[in-house]
Amino acid sequence: MSLVAQVDRATRPASGRGRRPGELTGGAALGLGVGVLWLSLLVLLPVAAIVSTAFDDGLGGFWDAVTDPEALAAIRFTVGAAAFVTLVNAVVGTLIAWVLVRDRFPGKRVLEVVIDIPFALPTIVAGLVLITLYGPSGPFGINLVGTRAGVVLALLFVTLPFVVRSVQPVLIDADREVEQAAASLGASGFTIFRRVILPTVTPAVVSGAALSFARALGEFGSVILISANLIGKTQVSSSYILKMIESQETVSAAAVATLLLVVAVVVLVVLDVLQRRTARRG
Amino acid sequence: MSRTTTPAHRPDALAGGPSGIVVRGVHRRFGDFVALEDVDLEVRPGGLTALLGPSGGGKSTLLRIIAGLDHPDSGSVEIGGRDATFLPPQRRSVGFVFQHYAAFTHLTTARNVAFGLEIRKRPKAEVRDRVAELLELVHLEHLADRLPSQLSGGQRQRMALARALAVQPEVLLLDEPFGALDAQVRKELRDWLRRLHDEVHVTTLFVTHDQEEALEVADEIVVINDGRIEQVGTPGELYDHPANPFVMSFLGPVTRLGGALVRPHDIEVLTDDRAGAVRVEVTRLLRVGYEVRAETRADDGSTPWVQLTRAQVTELGLVEGRTVWLRPLVDTPFPAAGLPADASGPVAGPAAGCPDRVPA
Repeated sequence: MSLVAQVDRATRPASGRGRRPGELTGGAALGLGVGVLWLSLLVLLPVAAIVSTAFDDGLGGFWDAVTDPEALAAIRFTVGAAAFVTLVNAVVGTLIAWVLVRDRFPGKRVLEVVIDIPFALPTIVAGLVLITLYGPSGPFGINLVGTRAGVVLALLFVTLPFVVRSVQPVLIDADREVEQAAASLGASGFTIFRRVILPTVTPAVVSGAALSFARALGEFGSVILISANLIGKTQVSSSYILKMIESQETVSAAAVATLLLVVAVVVLVVLDVLQRRTARRG
Repeated sequence: MSRTTTPAHRPDALAGGPSGIVVRGVHRRFGDFVALEDVDLEVRPGGLTALLGPSGGGKSTLLRIIAGLDHPDSGSVEIGGRDATFLPPQRRSVGFVFQHYAAFTHLTTARNVAFGLEIRKRPKAEVRDRVAELLELVHLEHLADRLPSQLSGGQRQRMALARALAVQPEVLLLDEPFGALDAQVRKELRDWLRRLHDEVHVTTLFVTHDQEEALEVADEIVVINDGRIEQVGTPGELYDHPANPFVMSFLGPVTRLGGALVRPHDIEVLTDDRAGAVRVEVTRLLRVGYEVRAETRADDGSTPWVQLTRAQVTELGLVEGRTVWLRPLVDTPFPAAGLPADASGPVAGPAAGCPDRVPA
């Protein structure tokens, strides 16, 4: 727990009289301490354990684990599907949020509730529902079991609310007079959307998309049934990791998990940078 | 800054030709609430006109209808001699300034001002020169690269004004432009707007509920109440010859003397009884800065008050508890009936004879 020790040292009251600017008060120091401890026990410690396990057999062991053809196929598919789902969500989620905030139509309240169902439903139930509807005996005659489209569908289902729910409050708070000002300056509807509304909602879209990507990367319950877990085709990383754990190959499981972690962190950082840049440029 | 192009000329444009505003028979309802009822208005080109009235009186609705941000249920709007009733806001050639600035928060001051020019795809050099010129006009050249969040309220409103002027609108509409600012800044911006208008000469219509602001800044005042125009005139005309009790009481202080409405500075105080005078007892002398408010009580129970100078008080030897006689110095065309706390005394319309004593 060297981090906690560092924080502790940094927040210890100075020996001299008075407090220098930037120094924490007793209450704030306690709050920070609790926060860091909590985060350490819940997140940092397990993550550190996984990363360390991944390198139990050295760098070579890690490399062998992640370059195993089956692992590589699962990782490629998972990251690709997550990226695709995130892009779709960014567009469709913003559209749905727009409709919910700006339009009036019967059944709007119902739609509001429906949006949150993917959050509330246990993911395995979501998977069951999807194979009932889009399985071999589904009412539409569309069988997506064992197809990549089926996996993407399941991921779209569970990640739907993220962008909608992050963009909605921003649109509610958006000052309509700003759009009217743009209109009276001669801006067309499309120009107003591109130059006034989009810069306002972009940070929310990006943060919703980031959450949606992270969720899709680790999704297990909803995809496991519809994917049929076909190796090299529809097997996702989380399912591959489970398989490794069940076959006592802890290092392989931890290595793939670590790689996914790195991908997630990189994507989150890139999105954050992107967001700051667009927010500045408009 | 003067416009070089003359809009299509119409021989029958009643508002004097180019760049005026003509509103005819405009009705606007929101559900059961009638915001505007059969409003006719002509705004002279090149003038600075105030739409004055209490909140909820329909003045902002009228301004938004002229800008195309709201639509009349019936009636027509002409801008610069062209029928604009069915034009979208983009094509009305109006600049609109909102009470709460409506700044583009993600753009710098300069980019805010440049917005209208950039979407018109004007050459970069032209945009840069014009923005520099406008920022100088509104004294914000040193803050060109700041974001709106880094500006004060007054600075933001000046930026919004520059942004509206950038596209050279035929008319400039301001909706309570200083309403969100504190008293000191309001006063400064008021003077500044007056001077800016003298420089730019664009037809300007601004909404305010502050009579002092309207009297100080405008060439012409349109008083609106309950969705109707009560009176149109110069500040002097409206103050001295109000068309009805509402305009009289909205434009300045009024008090009730002998059942009639009169301005408290248009009352002479007499130490003996004369024709048309009302006997009162001085109940309180209140000094407010350079003036003294003499509160009195008449025999009929009404409580007129008089605005005096300290010299007058000394000269008359006024003290609390003393009995004096009050007489209006001007005609009092309106009985005080209908106003709250009315004493409902007889209407004391004095003869047109000139008062023999005028407060110095």
